Amino acid sequence: MKWEVVIGLEVHVQLNTASKIFSGSSTAFGAEPNTQASAVELALPGVLPVMNKAAVEKAIRLGLALGSTINKKNVFARKNYFYPDLPKGYQISQMDLPIVQHGTLTIQVGDEEKVIHLTRAHLEEDAGKSIHEGLEGLSGVSGIDLNRAGTPLLEIVSEPDMRSPEEAVAYARALHTLVTWLGICDGNMQEGSFRVDANVSVRPEGQVEFGTRREIKNLNSFRFLQQAIEAEIQWQIDTIEDGGKVQQATVLFDPDKGETRAMRSKEDAHDYRYFPDPDLLPVVITQEQIDAVRESMPELPGQMKERFAENFGVSAYDANLLTSSYALARYFEAVAAATGQGKLAANWINGELAASLNRDGLDIAQSPLSAERLAGLIVRIADGTVSSKLAKQVFEAMWGGELSADEVIERDGLKQVSDVGAIEKMVDEAIAANPKAVEEFRAGKEKALNALAGQVMKASKGKANPAQVQEILKQKLGAA
Amino acid sequence: MSLTHQDVARIARLARIAVTDEEIAATGAQLNNIFGLIEKMQAVNTDGIEPMAHPQDVSLRLRDDVVTETNHRDAFQAVAPQVAAGLFLVPKVIE
Amino acid sequence: MINATLKELSAALAAKSVSSAELAGQFLDRIAALNPTLNAFITVDPEKTLAEAAAADAARAAGQAGLLTGVPLAIKDIFCQQGWKTSCGSKMLDNFIAPYDAHVIERVRAAGLVTIGRTNMDEFAMGSANENSYYGPVKNPWDLAAIPGGSSGGSAAAVAARLAPAALGTDTGGSIRQPASHCGITGIKPTYGVVSRYGMVAFASSLDQGGPMAQTAEDCALLLNTIAGFDGRDSTSLERPTEDYTRELGNSLSGLKVGLPREYFAAGLSADVARVIDEAVAQLKKLGAEVVEVSLPNTELSIPAYYVIAPAEASSNLSRYDGVRYGHRAAEYKDLVDMYEKSRAEGFGAEVKRRILVGTYVLSHGYYDAYYLKAQKIRRLIADDFKKAFEQCDVILGPVAPTAAFNIGEKSNDPVEMYLSDIYTLSVNLAGLPGMSVPAGFAANGRPIGLQIIGNYFGEAKMLNVAHQFQQATDWHRKAPAL
Repeated sequence: MKWEVVIGLEVHVQLNTASKIFSGSSTAFGAEPNTQASAVELALPGVLPVMNKAAVEKAIRLGLALGSTINKKNVFARKNYFYPDLPKGYQISQMDLPIVQHGTLTIQVGDEEKVIHLTRAHLEEDAGKSIHEGLEGLSGVSGIDLNRAGTPLLEIVSEPDMRSPEEAVAYARALHTLVTWLGICDGNMQEGSFRVDANVSVRPEGQVEFGTRREIKNLNSFRFLQQAIEAEIQWQIDTIEDGGKVQQATVLFDPDKGETRAMRSKEDAHDYRYFPDPDLLPVVITQEQIDAVRESMPELPGQMKERFAENFGVSAYDANLLTSSYALARYFEAVAAATGQGKLAANWINGELAASLNRDGLDIAQSPLSAERLAGLIVRIADGTVSSKLAKQVFEAMWGGELSADEVIERDGLKQVSDVGAIEKMVDEAIAANPKAVEEFRAGKEKALNALAGQVMKASKGKANPAQVQEILKQKLGAA
Repeated sequence: MSLTHQDVARIARLARIAVTDEEIAATGAQLNNIFGLIEKMQAVNTDGIEPMAHPQDVSLRLRDDVVTETNHRDAFQAVAPQVAAGLFLVPKVIE
Repeated sequence: MINATLKELSAALAAKSVSSAELAGQFLDRIAALNPTLNAFITVDPEKTLAEAAAADAARAAGQAGLLTGVPLAIKDIFCQQGWKTSCGSKMLDNFIAPYDAHVIERVRAAGLVTIGRTNMDEFAMGSANENSYYGPVKNPWDLAAIPGGSSGGSAAAVAARLAPAALGTDTGGSIRQPASHCGITGIKPTYGVVSRYGMVAFASSLDQGGPMAQTAEDCALLLNTIAGFDGRDSTSLERPTEDYTRELGNSLSGLKVGLPREYFAAGLSADVARVIDEAVAQLKKLGAEVVEVSLPNTELSIPAYYVIAPAEASSNLSRYDGVRYGHRAAEYKDLVDMYEKSRAEGFGAEVKRRILVGTYVLSHGYYDAYYLKAQKIRRLIADDFKKAFEQCDVILGPVAPTAAFNIGEKSNDPVEMYLSDIYTLSVNLAGLPGMSVPAGFAANGRPIGLQIIGNYFGEAKMLNVAHQFQQATDWHRKAPAL
């Protein structure tokens, strides 16, 4: 049987506010346990929540970027359940009236674009952490660190619009790009700033009803997201094909074993007893506030992508890569503007530059090659000063040093030879030295021309302009 | 309506309160009396009435995003049942 | 000096005819003598009290005394007070020494008031008789067989027995007004949002409000001046200009329109209470007030609506007591869930557990609309009733409770019977209005009866004016039990 995969994602984005959502505690990562847990996070008797304005503004920012509805009245509700990392015994979240509803995000898988619909994005508080290791001399206990508790989260829920692990990853990446682009999240997945839950189900192709879904919790890398969904799909198909039934469940992904397993702790039927939090009044957002946020918005990745294609003739694929982060897009724009060579700039940035950054484990912001210096090289490629091939050598030299493209070309004598007389001389020598190849060419063997051109290039130490070499060869051999 | 013993056991479990069988029987009877009182609401037509969550019809005040808290871990943990290495200890959490 | 009002004590301190330390000593001696009988205090700490009194005397010597500096004050054990056990009447918090001050405590500390002790109360403020305290029931100073009312029963008994000149209480469904009525003292529950809830252990967040309890309306006004006001740490605290609640005390009641809700004088009201309220109304008429009949047709629905909303909020508010970060933890348990279930079963008393279960049930899946949402709609109807009534009058008068204080143990096995006695106080909390109780007479058996005054939103000054003028013409509030 052919199976169709259905995936929806719930992404928890930690908003990069200085203080927590409901208290003045710091949100900084990595502090000593419980040193950033105030009376509010500890849920001491009598403490009360006071909402952080910046969290509201950041949520509006995302909503505007997704073309969503911003609910001008939104309400905090309590989600009641007992867990040691949840000190109040309830999480303050939003239920019936979230701050952001609907909206879309366009993703690119290969050459295909697809629109993913958003259900909602709501504000809530993060929980603390349970620590199981490193408690020397203590067995059978877990330690609770509440530093993370109360960090503002935006939970972004998609419709079940994705049909493959690749689409799910593309969506997660696009969302990651967007939240960092907007400056509302630091995007640090290792520190848990961007965590993904994937709802996965399968159904026979052509069936309208959804299959029973299982939710994979807490995936903190794109690689694990892909692997976990693949493993889950295989498990569900195997289960059904073996005559079994998928039961709705919450599962965890074990990257070492490459498999998903049901969580034991959440075996109770959930009954969260949501009700409006009586400690908090409705959040009311005015049109003026929305307009003010809108005015401070940067150009969005989707808009920039279109503009790159239009103004610089960059392919959709390249434009998508170039807009994977705001810093990269700005880099590209600087190079393209300085050189007037958008396509060439795109090729070099997505090719040589991306590969070198990747090899050295660097971010675009840490690139040893500034946009200005790369532009210097692109200009020399475009005006024929250096051949594409030798340009790579120039690039390498620039990567490891401080010199400009011109300085490297000058120092290493890599300037392309475009002087017709000089090339004619080398061509004549090659013809004279290779009568066999000349004969073959004249007999109709086109490839022989390449052998001759190769000889000329070799003689020029790669500096001869290859197009000119071809042209002059053909001329001399009477083929032009 | 009437709460069964299973209902009482279920809500006690949800509320994380241990109850013995005898307590379930006694509590069940009292809860049913209380719900007898509460049920009087159902006779009233409330169609079209806006639920009232707060006495005052005002909106939430938002605070500026500023860190104002300092570390009081020692004072807070002085009243904790069990701590080690700055952590609150609980019986092992199984995920 | 033990019978003196705050006003009188303030004058005596200012005149240096008594020091704060002497005053504290007098009240501490009286507590030592009478508290074993009355059980009005959970914690008395003479060392701390005398240190506060010495500080107050020093402030006065330095010329930095305010109006209430050095005056003793009893504090309901629900307000977090740094360094003091804050048990909220519960075994759950029997070992909880508060690491911070409630807003109200900051205010009274700043004003130089001296903590005379922490008063007994129904566990987590849930009760109308003060029989639900982990520390045992409080006795009514007028009749040791009687309940003092609840949940601020310790505060009311302490003021009535002259163990403290005034006290702080809280009122979620009548917990200041009803014990004030049963103990023959004056108490005021302000408009919701006037007094910060920060640091006040939560029972039902949308209903809870702290307020003063004292011998006189004037003293209540002085204390309200101290504790009322905006607090940024409570999102429901209202930003309003500072008020002087004493400003209208001296106004004449001539032309005042007093509303008597028909429903408050129907079946169920005891003859004693009906007589006392009639006499009080007659007295106010003599002072120039005009009486109009008003209607609060949904009064009876306040009981079911309250007993859905309050337990629902409480069930969630009390989830934090899990034995992890503070409070009671069971000695033995086999795993995490067992630890939660045992700690909570051991730490909470019967009434608290009942209300948690009711609240859990009404919020649970499939019942939310039928109970919680329905109750909130009825809450709106009740608030709207008051809105209409206040179009016809300035204040509403009525009984606080259907009877004078009943006997200890009389209703303790019947929660429903107990809940029904809250009929005249609950709607004020549901609507968020201010209300107060003023001593107005005695039942045939000698137990005190209070008159309830309900004001419009932010009508505290007006209510206090009515109460003060009534107290200028009567002396019920100056009567003290023989102990």
